[in-house]
Amino acid sequence: MSLLSLNNVKTNIDQYAVLHDVSFEVAEGGVFVLLGRNGAGKTTTLRSIMGLWKPSPGSIAFRGQDITGLHTADIARLGIAYVPENMGIFGTLTVDENLVLATAKGKIDSTRLKWVHGLFPALEKFRDKQAWSLSGGQKQMLSVARAIIEPRELILIDEPTKGLAPSIVEAMGEAFREIAENSTILLVEQNFNFARKLGRDMAVIDDGKVVHAGTMAEFAANQELQDKLLGLSM
Amino acid sequence: MEQVSKTFEKLGGVNLLPIILGAVAFVLIGAPSSWVTLTVAGLAMGMMVFLMASGLSLVFGLMDVLNFGHSAFVSFGAFIAATVLGGLSGWLASDSIALNAAALVAAYSAAILFGLVAGWFFETVIIRPVYRDHLRQILITMGAMIVAEQTILAFWGGTPYSVPRPHFLEGSWIIGDVSIEIYRGFAFLLGLAAFIGLYVLLNRTRIGLLIRAGVEDREMVESLGFRVDRMFIGVFMLGSALAALGGAMWAGYETLITPALGAEMMIIVFIVVIIGGLGSIEGTLLGALLVGLMSNYLGFLAPKMALASNMILMVAILLWRPNGLRPAVK
Amino acid sequence: MKQTTGTLVVKLVVLAIAALLLFAPFLFQNVRSLEVAARICIFIVLVASYDLLIGYTGIVSFAHTMFFGFGAYGAAILLKTMGPGWDAVILGAIAGVAVSLVLAVAIGLLSLRVKAIFFAMITLAAASVVLVLVSQLSQLTGGEDGITYRAPDLFKPATKLLTDADGKVLRIFDVRLNGKLAAYYFVFFSSLILFVLMLRFVRSPLGTVLEAIRENEARAEAIGYRVVAYRTFIFCLSATVASLAGTVYAVWLKYTGPDTSLSFAIMIDILLMVVIGGMGTMWGAVIGAVLMVMAQYYLRDLMGAASEALAGIPVLPELLAPDRWLFWLGIIFILLVYFFPKGIAGTAMARGARS
Repeated sequence: MSLLSLNNVKTNIDQYAVLHDVSFEVAEGGVFVLLGRNGAGKTTTLRSIMGLWKPSPGSIAFRGQDITGLHTADIARLGIAYVPENMGIFGTLTVDENLVLATAKGKIDSTRLKWVHGLFPALEKFRDKQAWSLSGGQKQMLSVARAIIEPRELILIDEPTKGLAPSIVEAMGEAFREIAENSTILLVEQNFNFARKLGRDMAVIDDGKVVHAGTMAEFAANQELQDKLLGLSM
Repeated sequence: MEQVSKTFEKLGGVNLLPIILGAVAFVLIGAPSSWVTLTVAGLAMGMMVFLMASGLSLVFGLMDVLNFGHSAFVSFGAFIAATVLGGLSGWLASDSIALNAAALVAAYSAAILFGLVAGWFFETVIIRPVYRDHLRQILITMGAMIVAEQTILAFWGGTPYSVPRPHFLEGSWIIGDVSIEIYRGFAFLLGLAAFIGLYVLLNRTRIGLLIRAGVEDREMVESLGFRVDRMFIGVFMLGSALAALGGAMWAGYETLITPALGAEMMIIVFIVVIIGGLGSIEGTLLGALLVGLMSNYLGFLAPKMALASNMILMVAILLWRPNGLRPAVK
Repeated sequence: MKQTTGTLVVKLVVLAIAALLLFAPFLFQNVRSLEVAARICIFIVLVASYDLLIGYTGIVSFAHTMFFGFGAYGAAILLKTMGPGWDAVILGAIAGVAVSLVLAVAIGLLSLRVKAIFFAMITLAAASVVLVLVSQLSQLTGGEDGITYRAPDLFKPATKLLTDADGKVLRIFDVRLNGKLAAYYFVFFSSLILFVLMLRFVRSPLGTVLEAIRENEARAEAIGYRVVAYRTFIFCLSATVASLAGTVYAVWLKYTGPDTSLSFAIMIDILLMVVIGGMGTMWGAVIGAVLMVMAQYYLRDLMGAASEALAGIPVLPELLAPDRWLFWLGIIFILLVYFFPKGIAGTAMARGARS
């Protein structure tokens, strides 16, 4: 049984159909990469999984349980974390306060925190700073850290490398690899070079439909397919 | 110019505004004793207006809900407290401070209790069906405000209603040639206590952190696994109760109240939350103090300008800071 | 949008109302009925101009009576000081429109730039400040008592428009062709012209842009429409029409005070009319205004009777007293916004839709 499965998901935003028919399966473990052009529906797919937009018709199942109609908060409680494209940092709260809010009981496990600080040392250095004063890269790290401060089975990450310096992108990639050893990451990414190194399985969305699904190794080797599906945007 | 604005920020930025306003007024008024009296009155009014406005500001910040009926809690709070005080006038007139205080506590508790219950009702029945629809929200809450005002008219009549004050809050403290009405000092202190309580709640507790986070980004708080809509009922009830308490205190401050009180205060409350910046209680406090001081100073210096002064203050601040002095989100 | 049978019905109803208003002086021959008919004409214009704003841009203003009042007071003050003449009426109209435009531009640029939601709050604050100012500046405005003045000579009841052989005022179907009649037709045709102009405006390309903005603000912005500029423009347009309606009403009433032009109660009437009739249709303004004005004149009497009948029961008579009229309107208003947000015209026009 796959960890997450989307079946014929159709999502409308206002009166516009953004997702027409999205189906794919995410197996447990590793990084699953969702590729596609701008406006293809990648972010909408993640938001639909999170319950921030309600698909109709279609269904989304997590570990076999139908989560389509659930409230976002209940979906999160099942063990799904979300790192949105805008990072969703609480700017007036400190770095530590941001992390504390991401725990279910209001207490951070100290070994876990040490591990997170090991992945993102800047978060230890600036732990009492208000989050709005962090740099873009640090905010992105905080957003990811918030998603892993407690063990989660599935982490949805939306374009984490956008606008970041190459050195930070590299550090981010290292962190994702380590996180993916114990969780599953569903990664939406435009930066194909970043994604190809991380991904095990992948799918391509175009115009609200899944147009290709397979392994990353296969896809990375097929230049023709890449050109056809991703075009010049990559 | 840049140097000036840097120094201004270093010294406390927009928090200085009430002090600057006070200093300017000191020069214009000339007589220190009148200035002290007016300043105390302004601070007292500011704290009461803060109580009325804080809930509105938080509710908007958290759920993007603008409640035009908010002032109904203020006027109901005022009339309920006035009725309880009227009923306990024996206790109020007594020399025993304990009895005085008991009557006051009873009146305020009645107002707060009403605020909680009415807030719950309002949120679940009136506002819940029109989340995320500003147009209908404004219309429906406005309709609710009209109904509430008419209900007050039906129960209490249209003539001014007189509010007895407890004996121990009558009179003034005299220090040299300065006289300070005791009730004003009391209102200021009670308001200050409420502000500190709110501040601690929002900054030192987990639920407070969640509320502040929700004001910034509701979806993200939900994505972390928290039901913001359930928190929202709590915030709404708290805000309504504070508004009712503000109204109850206002009734004692004015000593004569009419059903138009809600509509009058609503304008002031709106101006306060707009200039303070929607969603932040520090901003609301700042706005409330500015409005309170400005009304009292101008009421003395140029009585005809008093109401328009708030409008001018709002326009000036919006031109300078379109999002208000201290908006919740940076 | 395709024509639906519902749309056809709505248009026929509006046409029938227009015909009734045109022949009102001949059909209902008493003073009160003419009063009602004139008020309906004015409120159709006032509500339609409000509908331009709320229905076609989706933003709520509480300052519409303020503009109505500017027009009314402009005419009233000048008719009082300059004496009854057309020059005073025209200058008053211009002055009213000028003041309205200045304030509309200021409010629009100040608040629409930030958040549309500020707009509702700021218009409410502005309107209440104006209301207080008007009652304070009593040398100019007459304060709470308002101003009484004479209308241009043409509208004097003693004016004979046509005379018969004896030199007496001519009667057609028993109706005297006097100044009162002229005054009514002045109101009727002014209102008709303003309404038709607004109708043409919403059918124009600009009106289509506005509807696009209302449907999806972000998208319209993305396409390149300058949303703030359009909204400020429409706010000014609606303020201008409201101001002109105020002037016409002031000429008809020969009295202007806070209760006839500025009070918040009128603002609530306008809101009710636009919601009952149906926002964003223009036709809805006609239906809403007719129903509400009729109800105001005739239902209140009914409430008075009911209140007296229930005397002795606690609170109920209080709530049914004619003074508590607003209580019931408020409840009706809330229910309408919940259950029939499209109003009568909007709901009817959606019927029989062929898609």
